[in-house]
Amino acid sequence: MLADTTASKPEALTTASTGGPTTPSGHPPRSLFAGRARPGEAVIKLVLRLAAAVAIVTTIGILIALLVPAIGFFREVPVFEFLFGDRWAPRFADASFGVLPLVTATAWTTAIALLVAVPLGLGAAILLSEYARPGLRKVLKPILEILAGVPTVVYGFFALQFIQATVLREWLQLDTGAFSVLAAGLVMGIMIIPTVASISEDAMSAVPMSLRQGSAALGANRMQTSLRVVFPAALSGIMAAVVLGISRAVGETMIVAIAAGNQARIVTGPLEQGQTMTGFIANAALGDSRVGSLEYDTLYAVGLLLFAITLLVNFISIRLVRRFRQAY
Amino acid sequence: MHTLQDSLTPSPTMPLSTGETSRERRPAPLIFLILLWLSLLIAVVFLLTLIVNIVLEGGSRFGAQLFTEYPASSPDRAGARPAILGSIWVIGVTAVLTIPVGVAAAVHLEEFADKHHWFNRAIELNVQNLAAVPSIVYGLLALAFLSLLGVRDKNIVIGGALALSLLILPVIIIATREAIRAVPSEIRDGSLALGATKWQTTWRQVLPASVPGIATGSIIALSRALGEAAPLLLLGALVFVSFDPNGLLSGFTTLPIQIFNWTGRPQEGFHELAAAASIILLGLLLLMNGLAIFIRNRYQKRW
Repeated sequence: MLADTTASKPEALTTASTGGPTTPSGHPPRSLFAGRARPGEAVIKLVLRLAAAVAIVTTIGILIALLVPAIGFFREVPVFEFLFGDRWAPRFADASFGVLPLVTATAWTTAIALLVAVPLGLGAAILLSEYARPGLRKVLKPILEILAGVPTVVYGFFALQFIQATVLREWLQLDTGAFSVLAAGLVMGIMIIPTVASISEDAMSAVPMSLRQGSAALGANRMQTSLRVVFPAALSGIMAAVVLGISRAVGETMIVAIAAGNQARIVTGPLEQGQTMTGFIANAALGDSRVGSLEYDTLYAVGLLLFAITLLVNFISIRLVRRFRQAY
Repeated sequence: MHTLQDSLTPSPTMPLSTGETSRERRPAPLIFLILLWLSLLIAVVFLLTLIVNIVLEGGSRFGAQLFTEYPASSPDRAGARPAILGSIWVIGVTAVLTIPVGVAAAVHLEEFADKHHWFNRAIELNVQNLAAVPSIVYGLLALAFLSLLGVRDKNIVIGGALALSLLILPVIIIATREAIRAVPSEIRDGSLALGATKWQTTWRQVLPASVPGIATGSIIALSRALGEAAPLLLLGALVFVSFDPNGLLSGFTTLPIQIFNWTGRPQEGFHELAAAASIILLGLLLLMNGLAIFIRNRYQKRW
């Protein structure tokens, strides 16, 4: 339906121009779109379209690259055993391919990261959107951008050497080993603050000023306006920010590969070490696994699960963003 | 002058003009504002702690040796020369591969595409989704692609650049689209009214006007690629490289990979080297981000 109406648009324009006043010489004026033929421009348009198509090719490439080895993997290991088995030991003689230990570690680091990133990110967003003057925003936003720009491997180094070794073990005297999902999760949370803050700030800034004025006119102060008017009005955008934060936390690799640990066991507490899905892929890549071997395929089976989770989460986020863009 | 106590118990005789400020000075809104500031403060303190910690730990190893020496089994003789050169190679090739494609894709989507056509909607959805795909998945893709081509040694500059290009392509497309969208349609209408074609308008009016936005977006995207390690790890970049990379098919390692390697060693000396290499990386990123912010503030036109 939609495609039909727009396809007819150029036609409508040309007919409109021919139906208009005629030129003094009596000829009907030439259509706006009937210029000299320019084969060069047709080529350029094709090149541009091909460049845009790279995005689709990439997605298809990812799907094929993940699915083909994963299918090979699931020929050897039943899907049920993979998804619900609680022992992950792909390299042992009595190999076992239950992915739950990896999933629990990912769930712990993600949950801890969100506990840090959501309140702090939303706090920063409300401050920037509802309180800060333009001058202050100009100072604060670059700080958030720098926080987003610190390489994850540096964050990982900091999580291992400072947060885990110095803060958790020396200062707080916590009963934890060389690695923990807590240290990795905390640092990952700080890393995700800019993601949560900038998207929810966009959503809050999109709320019309008239709503705030109405709220103030009814006697609300800024806190009440922020929490009871702006926040609910921007809720779908804020949800999108949180969901995108989840996607970043699940997919983050270097921080967990360095600081969370590398033994795949079911994680039951924040002070334990644990290998996440991304941590496993990074670690397995260090070994030399032949193409086509079960070990190589295992990498892609975990990669497929990771991709499926983030894909689902991303689509939820994209839908939520669309909703708040349409609202106002 | 109302004190905090006054405003807590508003009297009906209170003048209207002070109503606004007094409502903001009750304890709850004040605590709320403090909490908001605190959330930002925690992030800033964390960032400063990280920088100070890295500088203190790595400062002693930050010297000429770091830039001139090759990795070694002893921290006293080790340097990051091949990693620095490798990063330059990979990021350079990534920039050459990605920026033209990203800008072309954005131009197509903003200026030429029929936004309701299924093909263009599919592209749009794909770009949004690809921007949030975990970086390590791009490593899996590059690994599978090179295997398919039958490349035996996958740790080559062009392979790493390919993975990073696909990773930052959506970032460049999104930034370029925003820059193009910010050019007012009057500019296009004026150009078209003077008889220019759609492409001439795009090439001579729209693109030059959006160069600052494209530059800002590209620099930030490249700085992200510079700090990225996960996809390269999958190609096997964690190797002992004791030579300077010298071409597209040359083996390589990069700074983030070198930092990861040194972090994993047991000796304290290597941890100091990791911190010292992190100083280089952080310095480069601050420089790139600063440049991007400078371009944005200095050259971006407000129409």
